[in-house]
Amino acid sequence: MATQHSRSAARLMMAPAVILLLGWMLVPLTMTLWFSFRKYLPLRGGDQGWVGFENYVRFVSSSSFWPSVQTTLIIVGGVLLITVVFGVLLALLLDQPMWGQGIVRILVIAPFFVMPTVSALVWKNMFMDPNNGLFAHLWKFFGATPVEWLSQASLPSIVMIVSWQWLPFATLILLTAVQSLDSEQLEAAEMDGAKPVQRFGFIILPHLARAITIVVLIQTIFLLSIFAEIFVTTGGAFGTRTLTYLIFQRVLESQNIGLGSAGGIYAVILANIIAIFLMRIVGKNLDA
Amino acid sequence: MSIKTPLFLASALAIAAGTSAWADGHATTLTIATVNNGDMIRMQGLTDDFTEKTGHKVEWVTLEENVLRQRVTTDITTKGGAFDIMTIGMYETPIWGANGWLVPLDDLSAEYNVDDLLPAMRAGLSYEGTLYAAPFYGESSMIMYRTDLMEKAGMEMPDAPTWQFIREAAAAMTDRDNEINGICLRGKAGWGEGGAFITVTANSFGARWFDEDWNAQFDQPEWKEALEFYVGMMEESGPPGYATNGFNENLSLFQQGKCGMWIDATVAASFVTNPNDSTVADKVGFALAPNSEGVEKKSNWLWAWALGIPAGTQKEAAAKEFIEWATSTDYIELVAANEGWANVPPGARTSLYENDNYKDVPFAKMTLDSILAADPTDPTVKPVPYVGIQFVAIPEFAGIATEVSQEFSAAYAGQQSIDEALAKAQALTNDAMEAAGYR
Repeated sequence: MATQHSRSAARLMMAPAVILLLGWMLVPLTMTLWFSFRKYLPLRGGDQGWVGFENYVRFVSSSSFWPSVQTTLIIVGGVLLITVVFGVLLALLLDQPMWGQGIVRILVIAPFFVMPTVSALVWKNMFMDPNNGLFAHLWKFFGATPVEWLSQASLPSIVMIVSWQWLPFATLILLTAVQSLDSEQLEAAEMDGAKPVQRFGFIILPHLARAITIVVLIQTIFLLSIFAEIFVTTGGAFGTRTLTYLIFQRVLESQNIGLGSAGGIYAVILANIIAIFLMRIVGKNLDA
Repeated sequence: MSIKTPLFLASALAIAAGTSAWADGHATTLTIATVNNGDMIRMQGLTDDFTEKTGHKVEWVTLEENVLRQRVTTDITTKGGAFDIMTIGMYETPIWGANGWLVPLDDLSAEYNVDDLLPAMRAGLSYEGTLYAAPFYGESSMIMYRTDLMEKAGMEMPDAPTWQFIREAAAAMTDRDNEINGICLRGKAGWGEGGAFITVTANSFGARWFDEDWNAQFDQPEWKEALEFYVGMMEESGPPGYATNGFNENLSLFQQGKCGMWIDATVAASFVTNPNDSTVADKVGFALAPNSEGVEKKSNWLWAWALGIPAGTQKEAAAKEFIEWATSTDYIELVAANEGWANVPPGARTSLYENDNYKDVPFAKMTLDSILAADPTDPTVKPVPYVGIQFVAIPEFAGIATEVSQEFSAAYAGQQSIDEALAKAQALTNDAMEAAGYR
């Protein structure tokens, strides 16, 4: 049991790390908050003073705000749905004994190690290009007109690219969970006459609940700030402008730091609302 | 061993170390941000010549056009100091020069011959008569077309065609079964990409961005006419997915032989006629950018990719040496010696167009004529309160035009109607102008 003395020593030793981490988060957050109340236009003479809540009102009343929130939620929801469903299926598949299992698993996991910008470029130029892309050639081979993926099916295309990147993560976590399932339980169910669908619904899926929760929580955190894939492929056009992308446009393209910072604060609030919502709905699975 | 030997060795070492330190201090490494266009890539290959002459080394940061603009703008507004030289254009230079963010280039050497710069380029890169960036190459826009396809279509390209002729010719050249599109044009979102092209197209239909009181003009019939014409023509004869195509995408399509015509930067002429890169190098003709029937203004722009030095750099002297090297007549001759006269950076110097070697280059005259036909101080039929042809020279323009071009790209892709795109463009432009205090 720790003594009063050792506890003090532990606190003292942890203090630098805690201060550093707090500073790491608090300094940018405080600066964003500070700038969000100021008229700060670098191309127009810099910081021009206090404007109260003007930036907040302008950001939220802009015609781009609600569509960007909607786009963000569609992308996050779409990617979560695809990665969880296919992640479970792939995990079950990879759990089966097969020849070359190690190599197959590495190949499945590989996309996760590709940089988002690189994967977006590869998808854009090698697969989705309507003139020279692989999909265009496939479509033409079957006598169909090539799909203009990034302009006509822009949101599904982005969801597809991001899902491809995040599927390995989901698969990996879910595979670990599948492997921890007691095989005797499944055998017993089988002997009792449970069909495969029943075994999946009543044994495997409940067992995977915690892992799915982890996948959903972690992915949501990252997907809310998705940027590179949109920047490289559509540049925010064709209805793919997420909240993060809108903030980027306000700060970097319009060079309006105040307005963009107000957007940043809205993004923090939105992320927290979603996090609380998720914790309430799915987080209870983690209590057990 | 006497005491003298170690003393001598120590002195020799000290002198050697001192000399090396001096040499390190004298030789500077310059960090240069540039765009991934062919002429700049060529310049990177020739950098050794600069290093040999001056001892200075160069590190390149090569970026796609939209990304470059954001990186250098952020760096200069935050005084980041990441670059010693920046590749910027006619839009940024006067605005940054006025803010004191660029080193004035008013003390370039006599051999550099600043008076040789084309007047339009020099004026566009100056603020109140002081040059703030030196033009690496200058450009306007013009038509590049396939002479063989034009002949096959039984048509003849006039020197100064109208949009109506272009549409007709494009339809006649289109052969979708053989992947030949009559015309390839920009549709990619971004103010300097599709935004620039649709602006000059609209100019040639009599449209303008703002009236004299800075009210947006997208609700006027000229804009609707221009967009309807553009979308109609591209649907008839354009390549699939043109809404995501910019300069480089169209260049690649043209070089692959998939375009009958391409209207874009004059600087592309050397790339489409270079047999190493282009499958149609010997079948390319040139003509002036078109205008709509009854409208005097042509759809040609004026632009220079130029080199500027951010104020506050510690390497100003070396940076000026580089700029003099890269934008000099010597550099032009260096490129000519290595890669031929057709590949020298065009549009920056008067002497190039007086050079007998260059007069034989097939696109030289059309490039100069296009540049001379563009007037940034009088870009539209109706009067405007701004300077600039394919842009409006105010700091807010980049942000506004990027969003406007996104709305237009969505219309090109069929995601919304032209009326919807124009209504959104009108609203967001007026909002932004009101917030900026213009209205």
